[in-house]
Amino acid sequence: MGIDIKNLDTELGDDFPGEVIPAANGGNIVATNLDSLINWGRKNSLWPLYFGTSCCAIEMMQTGAARHDWSRFGFEVARPTPRQADLIIIAGTITVKMAPALRRLYDQMAEPKYVIAMGACAVSGGPFYYNSYSTVRGADHIIPVDVYVPGCPPRPEALLDAMFELQAKIGKEASAHRVLNNPIDGFDEGKTK
Amino acid sequence: MTKIELKEIIGSWSSNLKLDDESNEFLMVEVPAEELFSISEKLKNDSNTKFDLMYALTGMDYGTDLGVVYHLESTSLNHMIIMKVSTSDRENPNFDSVVKIWPAAFYNESEAYDFFGIKFNGHPELKRIFMDENWKGFPQRKDYKDEFNMLTK
Repeated sequence: MGIDIKNLDTELGDDFPGEVIPAANGGNIVATNLDSLINWGRKNSLWPLYFGTSCCAIEMMQTGAARHDWSRFGFEVARPTPRQADLIIIAGTITVKMAPALRRLYDQMAEPKYVIAMGACAVSGGPFYYNSYSTVRGADHIIPVDVYVPGCPPRPEALLDAMFELQAKIGKEASAHRVLNNPIDGFDEGKTK
Repeated sequence: MTKIELKEIIGSWSSNLKLDDESNEFLMVEVPAEELFSISEKLKNDSNTKFDLMYALTGMDYGTDLGVVYHLESTSLNHMIIMKVSTSDRENPNFDSVVKIWPAAFYNESEAYDFFGIKFNGHPELKRIFMDENWKGFPQRKDYKDEFNMLTK
């Protein structure tokens, strides 16, 4: 027997002894609390994949080392393999020859996955924008990027700030958001989300 | 051995060499392309020179000419020279390979071929090592143009 929730009063009839109070927010209290729990877990244990192709990688290492120490914020388990990573930090120039490797690494990562483009080269090609035959003008030609960090190279504080931005972004997501709005869907056809 | 002594020894081998001991810290020897291999062999095997290490091989585009610069060192006699060779043929520039004399030239000559299109006769496996194998043209040449990939300013 199905009950039409929108017309509960008429469905139940006049002889229903109690009073029906509709649930607030469409009854999603359990789901939103679960989302915040999942997001809390996700954003506080982001495992980054090292993808250092040039000098920005030195700053990235420094961000992970003792003085700036990104493990204070849950980034400590930096992975050399994409299969165990949630986040790829593109630290350096992407050349035309490196581009297929970057795309393969991104495709191998498990969902949900996030991307930080660190430094001028990964943002736009940077100093190699003009008169270069081999540079990709920005990593977002190859994979969708969540956070951009300008600088040549950015200081460790800038990278940490980008990671906080990413944490804030994850904290606002609904749990199904990345499934329904996966940034790679339609990316190759030129659609952006 | 000083560069004045080196100049006298190397200058006595052939009359076609151009020797310059003033413009650089090291003696510079300009070798004609047809004598490159025989002079290189002598530089390595002669007991007065003994250049057993080639520590740099550089392709060059001088605008009109294409050339190669070799930096040579003797680890036993502790002296260095710079050897240069060039050609005005831009369509099919080719020099003798020195891989048989200095095995270190293997990848350096491949690199010079990759970026400048200079062919080395007698190189065991001359192919592109940095650029894509299907790449057209030689990108480090001064007259290289690529409308698709390059934004010129």
